[in-house]
Amino acid sequence: MNGEVVAETWLQQRVRAPWRGFRLALLSIPAVVLSCALLTSMSLIGLGIGIVLVPVVAVAVRGLLDLYRDLITRWTGTEIERPYLPDPPEPENVWQRFARLMADPATWRDLLWLFADPVVVLLTAALPFYLMLYGVWGWVLAAGVGGIIGDHGGNDYYTFVHVGAGYGENTALRATTAVVGVLFLIGGFLSGPAMLRTYGGWGRTLLGPTERSRLALRVRHLTETRSDAVDASAAELRRIERDLHDGAQARLVAMGMSLGAIEHLLDRDPERARALLAQTRESSAKALHELRDLVRGIHPPVLADRGVGDAVRALALDHPLDVEVAVDLPGRPDAPVESAAYFAVSEILTNAAKHAGAARVWVDMRYTGGMLRISVTDDGHGGASLENGTGLRGIERRIATFDGVLALNSPPGGPTIVTLELPCALSSPKI
Amino acid sequence: MRVVLAEDLALLREGLVSLLESHGFEIAAAVDNGPALLKALLDHRPDVAVVDVRLPPSFTDEGLQAALAARREVPGLPVLVLSQYVEQLYARELLADGTGGIGYLLKDRVFDTAQFVDAVRRVAAGGTAMDPEVISRLVARGARDHPVGRLTPREKEVLELMAQGRSNAAIAQALVVTERAVAKHTANIFAKLDLAVSDDDNRRVLAVLAYLNA
Repeated sequence: MNGEVVAETWLQQRVRAPWRGFRLALLSIPAVVLSCALLTSMSLIGLGIGIVLVPVVAVAVRGLLDLYRDLITRWTGTEIERPYLPDPPEPENVWQRFARLMADPATWRDLLWLFADPVVVLLTAALPFYLMLYGVWGWVLAAGVGGIIGDHGGNDYYTFVHVGAGYGENTALRATTAVVGVLFLIGGFLSGPAMLRTYGGWGRTLLGPTERSRLALRVRHLTETRSDAVDASAAELRRIERDLHDGAQARLVAMGMSLGAIEHLLDRDPERARALLAQTRESSAKALHELRDLVRGIHPPVLADRGVGDAVRALALDHPLDVEVAVDLPGRPDAPVESAAYFAVSEILTNAAKHAGAARVWVDMRYTGGMLRISVTDDGHGGASLENGTGLRGIERRIATFDGVLALNSPPGGPTIVTLELPCALSSPKI
Repeated sequence: MRVVLAEDLALLREGLVSLLESHGFEIAAAVDNGPALLKALLDHRPDVAVVDVRLPPSFTDEGLQAALAARREVPGLPVLVLSQYVEQLYARELLADGTGGIGYLLKDRVFDTAQFVDAVRRVAAGGTAMDPEVISRLVARGARDHPVGRLTPREKEVLELMAQGRSNAAIAQALVVTERAVAKHTANIFAKLDLAVSDDDNRRVLAVLAYLNA
């Protein structure tokens, strides 16, 4: 699905297409095997064994069809998404697994593909290969094999050319064979990409999601991300409430009390009143300090003033590690996207310092193809994963609200590269 | 000494006006937005400007931008920037032209009238007044594999005060030591950081800040 479509020249496309078509046709072999396996296991449902076997085979089928999807995406330029409903978050028992797979319409479309594709591929993607093979066969006949066949009593046709007794001596027949062979070669050579495209269309019809399953997937995704977003903002509000309650609010109460005491002491004990005043001033400075930290955590001032580029630069300046920031943004994304991107980078940087044992970090932010792309690379010891509680899962969930995705590449020994992609529009820069 | 003042909250603006006037400053203009500030700075060419970072109409870093724009027209125009937050990024931008006459302080520093007025005077004289928070964060950040890590705690204290723009006399007063002791500390600091020794307070500050910022 993430196969990169590298631009090929006209010639490269045509040279490679027949061979690719043939390789797609070779996939029919495992396809046929798996379709037999699937049918067999389904026929065993009555005996109960099928309930265990069908999911196993169905998952194997999905694996094979993922290979199809990947190859078709790479070779035909037709992008095919996975149509399957996502796995449930909780572990399920055998029966639930069976029921889920049988209820997924994609399973049945998979089966249809396994039956139909071995035929369809021969008529589309693999056709140019066989045309060229037939062309080569024409040359082999003309070069002498046809004569040998004729001499030994063979009686065959190469298209309309009769290969029989006397073929070897008939130059006109042999020349016609060679010319027809060349025509087949040219036909196969020229039709390759078009046939692959046709095959791509076929693949999308059956292997891709239907409009209904696409919507079902989308609804599920939106439901999940919405509840995550609501949870996150509720937790954030609770944190703010707690911080205000324990921090600034408590200090203001204390200050009010001190001021009352000072009022009392002013005439009787000016010396103590003075000491209390100094204390109160200190309290007010502390309250301000706490409010400042709180606001910084909600929406950093530089982010509001200058946008995510400068905000990340400011973050880098305050960071204990050596952070290099490169920004190439022609404008500013919407405020919520900016904020999500900023806090994601902030958390990744914290991770780099805390877990990765990194000394240097590079942040790169750019806007291409309607996407804000941010990559954060550190020279730490790597080995990070989404699962080991480094907060990456949380970042992923938060940017998912904006249909953003997170990719992690962290081999043991480093380096760790975290890439974020957030689809967004940019406003034109302020002058 | 003529001052141009920019602050959008009326209460605070009046407070600053009366505070500065009571300390013998003359208020040339007190404005409440970015464009008016730039015009006032260029029209009045004050001895010092006291500017809030966040100003209307955009309520972003309008004040900072106006101050920087004015300094491009009038190099070295002394500006003291006040803010609810101090950001190293902004401190760097203010210091970038290296001509001095820059102050960058948290708004709460105004509470300590004497120190605040001292900072305004220092900036007006072409000196520097950096908020201790900017400096302490710079020093803390520099502590890792940086020569700053080789300084003794006392020398770090002196470095922080020095970077804020204080003179030797002021540092001595703040740390309750003699001026000679401070001079000895500064000499040690400059030696450890491999900086050229300078008696000029302002050049000294800029050298230290440039060093910490690197």
